[in-house]
Amino acid sequence: MSVPRYWRETRYRYRLIGEMCTECGAIFFPRRAVCLKCGSVELEEYKLKEIGTVATWTTIRNPPEGYEKYAPYIVALVELDDGVMVLTQVVDIEPEEMKTGMRVEAAFRKVKEDGSSGIIEYGFKFRPIIE
Amino acid sequence: MRRVAIAGIGFTKIREHWSKSLKDLFAEAALKAFEDAGTDEVDALYVSNMGAASLQGQLHLGAMMADTIGKRGIAALRVEAASASGGAAFREGVKAVASGYSDCVLVGGVEKMSDGIPAEVSATLAMSEDQEYTSYTGVTKIGLNALIHRHYMERFGVKAEDIAMFAVRSHENAVGSPHAQYPFKVSIDRVMASPMEADPIHTLECAGVGDGSAAVLLRPADEAKDDIIVAATSLATGAYYLSDRSDILTFEAVRQAATQAFKSADVSHSEIDVLEVHDDTTITGVISLEDLGFVEKGMGAEYVSRGDTTRGGETPTNTFGGLKARGNPVGATGLYQICEVALQLRQEAGPCQVEDANVGLAQSLGGLGSTCAVTILRRG
Repeated sequence: MSVPRYWRETRYRYRLIGEMCTECGAIFFPRRAVCLKCGSVELEEYKLKEIGTVATWTTIRNPPEGYEKYAPYIVALVELDDGVMVLTQVVDIEPEEMKTGMRVEAAFRKVKEDGSSGIIEYGFKFRPIIE
Repeated sequence: MRRVAIAGIGFTKIREHWSKSLKDLFAEAALKAFEDAGTDEVDALYVSNMGAASLQGQLHLGAMMADTIGKRGIAALRVEAASASGGAAFREGVKAVASGYSDCVLVGGVEKMSDGIPAEVSATLAMSEDQEYTSYTGVTKIGLNALIHRHYMERFGVKAEDIAMFAVRSHENAVGSPHAQYPFKVSIDRVMASPMEADPIHTLECAGVGDGSAAVLLRPADEAKDDIIVAATSLATGAYYLSDRSDILTFEAVRQAATQAFKSADVSHSEIDVLEVHDDTTITGVISLEDLGFVEKGMGAEYVSRGDTTRGGETPTNTFGGLKARGNPVGATGLYQICEVALQLRQEAGPCQVEDANVGLAQSLGGLGSTCAVTILRRG
């Protein structure tokens, strides 16, 4: 992956930043050029909530190139407490313990390595909230 | 607009064609389509393909394939809409003939999946999704299907076996299909005992990896000699991200493309004698049946498991085995579906024949239902 391609997304991927429409309040992640709800182009950055609930999930057993050494790993659709859905890995838990409806929080994690001399890529993943 | 007919069809067997290249496969299908049509006259070529840029490092398929089939000089380009490429390319061909821009158009799909190792194939298929936000999570295409699969079971209280029956039905239909990759029956027990690909989807609920090419020759309809008429083609897009759909169990693109196609062909669901749907996994087949309007939302799995999609059922579906058993050479798959509907309408489907098939529909799906092409063919 080229450095600029990685760099231009870091702010959003590291900090969970999407966009909110200033006209109708709709929230989008990832960011959009046009509000999908009202058509406005007046959107501003919006920091997503970092806590949410697992809506559905799966265990990836045959991963794509670059993710082989992490398999098996869990990917879930998480509904954040502000109603926004995000697709994310869920870590610090075994597949047998996963449940729909589980409460999870964002964590900053390594995503993959671009070979032995390329960029080490990071981003958000979610983990169970320990009560 | 001129009415458009399918003058000829041609396709290869789907398998892992170790000794054949993209060009070899494409030429085989194209020359068969010329032979079937009784003419090799062609003034434009649309090549549908999804993965060559990634798996073979090959672009510029238009000029390459025009040269390969001895048609230097014609207009030629590639059409790509992920796994809906075939249906989308067909629509471009129909538009070219209908509008009068071209008189004889060849639409040929080709894909060679076996040139990639599994992780490369998986990464290629995941290229249909946003690389920065969706594929970045490490989710695979089957993994995305698994998210909706689990949600479907939980919301509608449907058993895993009922959804898995889609694969069993596809394999039943593929028996005797000469071009199918897996023309044999598979029991529900065997499907459920197969390893998990992405929980809760079993390996035997997923279309395999196959190579193949399928082509159709289009020309203005001549009532006297054309037997297959293009009654409608439509193409629609829906929400690109699974994460911002109002309902993750509905493919809006399928609903929209189906509504447009039924309206433009002026046919009703009960008039569809043969249906080809996009079952890259069992759940996408089930949801496709629902969003095309053949069965109510939440009832698709039961519809399949009780036998309504069998050859003698209410809606004969995937009559040569569908993506699961006929095979899924991704960019060519939509054209296999169209060739199969054409075979059914010509009453040339052999052991796979649906009795008195007059009208057929093919649905080609790209990404996780974010692009859908629908084609309706009618016997002339």
